[in-house]
Amino acid sequence: MKAQDEQRKLIIIGMILLVGVIFIGRLFYIQIIDKSYILSAQNNVVRVITQYPARGLVYDRHGELLVYNEAAFDLMVIPSQVKAFDTAEFCQLIGLEKTEIKDRLIKARNYSMRKASIFEKQISKESFSFFKEKLHKFPGFYVQSRTLRYYPTRIAAHTLGYIGEVGPATIEENPYYKSGDYIGISGLESTYEEVLRGKKGVKRVLVDVFGREKGSFQEGKFDSSAVKGKDIYISLDAKLQAYGERLMVNKKGSIVAIEPSTGEILALVSPPSYDPNLLVGRIRSTNYQILSDDSLQPLFNKALSATYPPGSTFKSLNALVALQEGISTPSTSYYCQGTATVPIKCSHYHSTPLNMYRAIEISCNPYFWQTFRSIMVSRSDIHDAYTIWRKHALSFGFGTRFNSDLFNESKGFIPLPDYYDKYYGKNGWRAMTIRSLSIGQGEILATPLQLANFATIIANRGYYYKPHLIRSINDSIPDSEYRKKIVTTISPANCQVVVEGMSRVMDGPEGTGRWYRLEDIAICGKTGTAENPHGKDHSIFVSFAPKDNPRIAVAVVVENSGFGATWAAPIATLMIEKYINGEVKRLNVEENMINSNLINP
Amino acid sequence: MRREQNIFYNIDWVMVGLYLALVLIGWINIYAAVYNEEHRSIFDLSQNYGRQLIWILTSAALALFTLVVDAKFYNAFSFIIYLSMLIILIAVLFLGTEISGAKAWFQLGTFSIQPSEFAKVATALALARYLGTMDINLKSFRTQLNTVLIIGIPIVLILLENDTGTALMFLGFVIVLFREGISSKIMLTGLCIVVLSILSLWLDRLLLIGILAAIAVIVIFIRRRGRTLKRILLITGLFVVAVGYVFAVDFVFDQVLEPHQQNRLNVLLGIEDDPQGIGYNVNQSKIAIGSGGFFGKGFLQGTQTKFDFVPEQSTDFIFCTVGEEWGFVGSTLVVSLYVLLIVRIILKAERQRTSFSRIYGYGVASILFTHFVINIGMTIGVTPVIGIPLPFLSYGGSCLWAFTILLFIFVKLDIKRLELI
Repeated sequence: MKAQDEQRKLIIIGMILLVGVIFIGRLFYIQIIDKSYILSAQNNVVRVITQYPARGLVYDRHGELLVYNEAAFDLMVIPSQVKAFDTAEFCQLIGLEKTEIKDRLIKARNYSMRKASIFEKQISKESFSFFKEKLHKFPGFYVQSRTLRYYPTRIAAHTLGYIGEVGPATIEENPYYKSGDYIGISGLESTYEEVLRGKKGVKRVLVDVFGREKGSFQEGKFDSSAVKGKDIYISLDAKLQAYGERLMVNKKGSIVAIEPSTGEILALVSPPSYDPNLLVGRIRSTNYQILSDDSLQPLFNKALSATYPPGSTFKSLNALVALQEGISTPSTSYYCQGTATVPIKCSHYHSTPLNMYRAIEISCNPYFWQTFRSIMVSRSDIHDAYTIWRKHALSFGFGTRFNSDLFNESKGFIPLPDYYDKYYGKNGWRAMTIRSLSIGQGEILATPLQLANFATIIANRGYYYKPHLIRSINDSIPDSEYRKKIVTTISPANCQVVVEGMSRVMDGPEGTGRWYRLEDIAICGKTGTAENPHGKDHSIFVSFAPKDNPRIAVAVVVENSGFGATWAAPIATLMIEKYINGEVKRLNVEENMINSNLINP
Repeated sequence: MRREQNIFYNIDWVMVGLYLALVLIGWINIYAAVYNEEHRSIFDLSQNYGRQLIWILTSAALALFTLVVDAKFYNAFSFIIYLSMLIILIAVLFLGTEISGAKAWFQLGTFSIQPSEFAKVATALALARYLGTMDINLKSFRTQLNTVLIIGIPIVLILLENDTGTALMFLGFVIVLFREGISSKIMLTGLCIVVLSILSLWLDRLLLIGILAAIAVIVIFIRRRGRTLKRILLITGLFVVAVGYVFAVDFVFDQVLEPHQQNRLNVLLGIEDDPQGIGYNVNQSKIAIGSGGFFGKGFLQGTQTKFDFVPEQSTDFIFCTVGEEWGFVGSTLVVSLYVLLIVRIILKAERQRTSFSRIYGYGVASILFTHFVINIGMTIGVTPVIGIPLPFLSYGGSCLWAFTILLFIFVKLDIKRLELI
């Protein structure tokens, strides 16, 4: 053996012996010299108690409280610490059958002998205080406090959303959540889950053999306190929202109101709705079942997720495209032969020919068919012409999601040229084939939110901000993307033409919405009656007010009710009146709307 | 002829005895660690202790089988075994099942097997075969490169399985290289790299660069005689390389690693406090061991081990139960048994006639030693927490089988130490 090898062998053996000596020395120290470890372990049980933070509160734009927390208590059990107890008394305290108690204990045991599981969810405050005194009689049981959501105003159920227990998939995916935790499932509760939830804390307490707490473990060295969730201030106007919900009682459809200068959503009404307090706590699962079985789909947020043919409201878009592409001028006139016009007849009686302002005022179908046809024949290939038209529609937010903080938006539908190629063949379609688009019918679909945003764009003369709900989180203003102006393809001057036309809808002698004009507020609007293969037409109205420096844009859809001017227009103008004046003077209109039952007439 | 008939002829009963003692201690403590009042029998197959008996019995069969196989086989087939192992390690990446975050297992019904445990055996064999070749020179770059590849490839594959703990254990083979004469300069350079990596995460970047600069200046000025231009340039060059390396480490840490990996490293290096997670486990583990006192609380009397304070009670943290129930006496006994076994293996290795047997022996000692240091060290709070088992004591089929094979191949080689294999 070489000298070096011998030396290295000794180094290695020396190292091993050294480690042995260090380990034994360390063991000697912690096992014999340092007595604190013995004290820590003395017949004590460490119980880990999760500290649930209070979830953040939700306020409306004026600081009115929309969501707050109420204390609730879960009865927990650690099976390995359970000793024989008086089941009769226990049954009485907790209000359960003996067999049920047995079953639950077995279930808890199967989950874990030593980890806590929920024995009974959300026991009432009364039974908690009663139970607390007797708790020492039932070793292995203890109470953990939780918070439940409560919705004092009972409005805006869809927008606020609800929370529920996390599912196994989420637990797997995100280590923050443990079985039995709550998580936002829909609406704002889901979108702002991470903001609202706060941070859970952990408290380790020493517990004696009778389950009595004996103070904190190691002076709380391993504890962390819960951090309260942040409060959010949203853009809804609770009064306007409540008013919208009142107007839409016994109707299906939606109202979306946006503040044009910011993109903040003022109201999102989607009747039939439900009381958000129904989906809280122990009653949640039962009520959820009832609501999801309801054929009127109260859980479905129509304002964001339902799609409708936009109907005549889309004529404004066709006017804008024609102006922007230089195909029409405001004075471009077409003839209308009333009910005899081919291919699309006119449902109104008026003098002819008429220019663009009057065409919008009267909602003349033949005029917009001519306009649309001119757009489609402006290029030698209809694919090019259609693509240009589609580009403008998309720049208004049709056919896409805004992807802001709104939950479950639908995209709507603006078909690609391929879509028609598939149906009619590559050269098989012309302006004539897709003529329904000229009056907002046919394949295209839009959500009420997109329609309200459409009104916003016209109100702003060509731009918008992403429609969104958040105003501030605690005191900080979040996410600058909502403060970024999105400019559409249409110039302000061209928008102004449509604004004038929409103004005449309300103020013109032949305006389709003239019955609901207001003396003191200059409203611009456009009626729409969307044909619906499944039943009566949908009544639609898009509007904004005042004409100059608009403060509110509103889209209203009333399903299966009839003409746009009959239902959607009065409801939209009532919303505008309520928002701008704070009170409504047209009591007969208001009463008429509130009392109309369009679901079961 | 007698040799041919009795496989135990010439066997080293000390090694076998130490092995059996450790396995038995393991079984008893697994029983205590996960003792379940509803399943009191130590033979109850629904519990870890019942199942461990199966692993022990099958391990005994494996040990016997290992002894029956001709000693020449291990030398002749070492590379084939190694290459097959690499293929299996690759296969597990695609076909494996993920258990607690590591995709390192093959699932066969309720039974799962962890190939990376067996990779230790295969790597030890391949390393012994390669370095045992006549005329090998560990000072040549080619040999060094091949050696790094033999150890490095399984490490990379196991890292890809996300089983960092097991992969780290392969670094123990450095002890083999040290014994086989790798130059002190390389060892020193390696050590510097490790220290520098840790320091660059530990210290503020500017402070560290300042310290490095100070060291460079001191080295330049300390010896007046050697202050040649060449020397100054060399040291300045080394300084620049070191600074570049510090930036590279920071870059990899900040840009390449995922947040959870950064977190683990931070906790490992003590940069971040994590009293809820790893820190809590170590503290609980220390309480369990510390509360054992001199004689311990007695069999099944441990109070700390009765609660789920440490997640891996029967596997990685089995030493807690030893410490709590058998006290200073019991823990010292276990530490001593390990030291005796490892030193015994080294002494035996030195007595081998073939380089293959010697190097393999060192491989076995290195692997056992690395596990011993890290595992017991973490339970008493002197080494970072790395999730690896304590050889022979921890619960688990793959791990007991692999360590048994690892040891008994050497026992077999030792039986034949007088023959040329």
